[in-house]
Amino acid sequence: MYRITEKQSLNPTVSRMVIAAPHVARRAEPGQFVIIRADAEGERIPLTVADYDRKAGTVTVIYQIVGATTHKLDRLGAGDGVCDIAGPLGKPTELDGLKKVAVIGGGVGCAIALPTARKLHELGAEVHSVIGFRNKELVILEDEFRAVSSVCELMTDDGSAGAKGLVTDALKNLIEAGNVYDEVIAIGPLVMMKFVCRLTKQYGIKTVVSMNPVMIDGTGMCGCCRLTVGGQMKFACVDGPDFDGHLVDFDEAIERGKMYGEFERRAYEEECNLFKKEAN
Amino acid sequence: MNPSLKKNPMPTQDAAARAHNFDEVALGYTEEQAKSEAARCLDCKNKPCRSGCPVGIDIPAFIGKINNGDYEGAYQVIAKSSSLAAVCGRVCPQETQCESKCVRGIKGEPVAIGRLERFVADWHNKYNTGKVPEAKGNGHRVAVVGSGPAGLSCAGELASRGYKVTVFEALHTEGGVLVYGIPEFRLPKKIVADEIANLKTRGVEFETNTIVGRSILVDELFADGYEAVFVGSGAGLPNFMKVQGEDLNGVYSANEFLTRVNLMKAYRDDAATPIKRGKSVAVVGGGNVAMDAARCALRLGAEKVTVVYRRGAAELPARREEVEHAQEEGIEFLYLTAPLEVLGDEQKNVVGMKCQKMELGEPDASGRRRPVAVAGSEFVLDVDCVIVAIGTSPNPLIRDTTQGLQTQKWGGIITDEHGKTTRDMVYAGGDAVTGAATVILAMGAGKDAAAAIDEAIKAKSKA
Repeated sequence: MYRITEKQSLNPTVSRMVIAAPHVARRAEPGQFVIIRADAEGERIPLTVADYDRKAGTVTVIYQIVGATTHKLDRLGAGDGVCDIAGPLGKPTELDGLKKVAVIGGGVGCAIALPTARKLHELGAEVHSVIGFRNKELVILEDEFRAVSSVCELMTDDGSAGAKGLVTDALKNLIEAGNVYDEVIAIGPLVMMKFVCRLTKQYGIKTVVSMNPVMIDGTGMCGCCRLTVGGQMKFACVDGPDFDGHLVDFDEAIERGKMYGEFERRAYEEECNLFKKEAN
Repeated sequence: MNPSLKKNPMPTQDAAARAHNFDEVALGYTEEQAKSEAARCLDCKNKPCRSGCPVGIDIPAFIGKINNGDYEGAYQVIAKSSSLAAVCGRVCPQETQCESKCVRGIKGEPVAIGRLERFVADWHNKYNTGKVPEAKGNGHRVAVVGSGPAGLSCAGELASRGYKVTVFEALHTEGGVLVYGIPEFRLPKKIVADEIANLKTRGVEFETNTIVGRSILVDELFADGYEAVFVGSGAGLPNFMKVQGEDLNGVYSANEFLTRVNLMKAYRDDAATPIKRGKSVAVVGGGNVAMDAARCALRLGAEKVTVVYRRGAAELPARREEVEHAQEEGIEFLYLTAPLEVLGDEQKNVVGMKCQKMELGEPDASGRRRPVAVAGSEFVLDVDCVIVAIGTSPNPLIRDTTQGLQTQKWGGIITDEHGKTTRDMVYAGGDAVTGAATVILAMGAGKDAAAAIDEAIKAKSKA
């Protein structure tokens, strides 16, 4: 059992959890992920490392409540524990030598993009952030992004916070305004990353995306997380999760992501019903 | 002496019933059957069977103890050479090892050594309450990477030589392929858990959820005071066929399919981990992993399961008993058949697999006759799920993060015959070295490496 030291709700569907896991904290870097099992009967889910404290031996994850497993995880609070946390897994994001970078975050993907933006800022790079959400209620980590970015554009689909529009609109404006980026780093829903890549390809700007496919072991054994990158089969858990976005077959990844849709919906409903019964 | 030319048959669960459950298929000998089978052993002076055992168990000696009714004594004979008797009695390919050398096999069937080993181990686990003799600690520490057969065997051997051993396991449960790969109906997980518990009582420590190469590097293990490191990290990433349609939903690697079923218990209705229960399933490959996947698919409710293998029945690399069990359960075999493409519908679900017939040509590098395509023989197999069981490639994490550790072109760690790698005090064995092989070969390698580690540490302490 690994103790949860802090738990906080960031918006109605996104929570932050700090877990005591010295074996993970000692080598964790931005871009890496952990595999968590909430309880002994639970499934293994990959969550990206949002922060770490080597001294305290803790790792922070920020997750969206999207299914039965994350719902179950979210029922735990400070003082409780998760059954398993393994990691850090995947390759750290490569940031050396970058001078000026646009970091694009979409929804809960902002939690993954933040440590990258922060590390770039610490390394002395100029960071322009574009963060996008559906509406004002779902905005997370805005202050944290502003603290490490010289430009920070907040976008919402309905214009209830920041500017109305998509992250690609803001990125296009920044590029058209004459900003020359060494690299664009995009982390968010597959569709968002696909369209960011389509845009940056027009301008010939190298773009790195963080892929988050379904995983089981996460350590390079099962092959569940396979993707097609540049026409070759790659495994997100050991070859990624970062890839050259201009080479990723997003349409395939989107289809593969739907494989367990119906199972997930049913499991989520059962979990919610169970939760309601217990609450009554 | 029992003159019967045939082995005492193994009692098994009825084929029709077991095709729908995950309970163990082979039920094990009774005391009477074990004694009758043990009486078939001629107690040959030169013990040819022993030379066929990768860990060198004194087979006639333990069978002799069974003859005398001293089952615990028989176990102790095996325990001198093997730390996983209950596992090996179930999953070793005896027909190509010990039993292939048995003199009784020249005319008739060999002595059922594997079944007797299982009987003895199960007897011990059921009745033995005595403590395992504890080795006197020698103060030296060794790290073992991976808790599969190679790691467990190495750890057990080192513990009995007085070493303080820590085993690092990437998954949440110890056992490696014994828990994520081999199904419950062939190797009950309780048996693996018992073997792990045995090691724990002997002082071996286990660190789960720890990935060497990510959570901690080999260099850091030395810095933490371990004097040697044994790498038994296993087979690694699955190979795919490299045909169109492998990205479709419903195509699994055998590793993923078996991990979902065995480790994550996806066969249970209350499991949190989902799995596609195909109506008509094709399993590509002819090894033990393919048999396991096919039999799991059947138990998950498939109406039809077909093993698709590009060579002939005689070339099937799987353990004979597994093939027979699979056939009894109703699994179909399509020999001399190679997949060309997996076909999908608009929603990207598998709806078929295009195959072609093969014929055997000249022998290839492996000495087996190479399958050659028969022109114009294409046909479509009507399936909604495809499981690819055509081997694995070594996991890159340790080789990429350990300086001085040389590997083969295909990724396997290079060692000498005692498991010594090109990096000082780093040893390796099992599938990480050989590529996909058997439990017992991995155990043999772990045991040999333990002896080499012992020697190396003793030599260093003297210097």
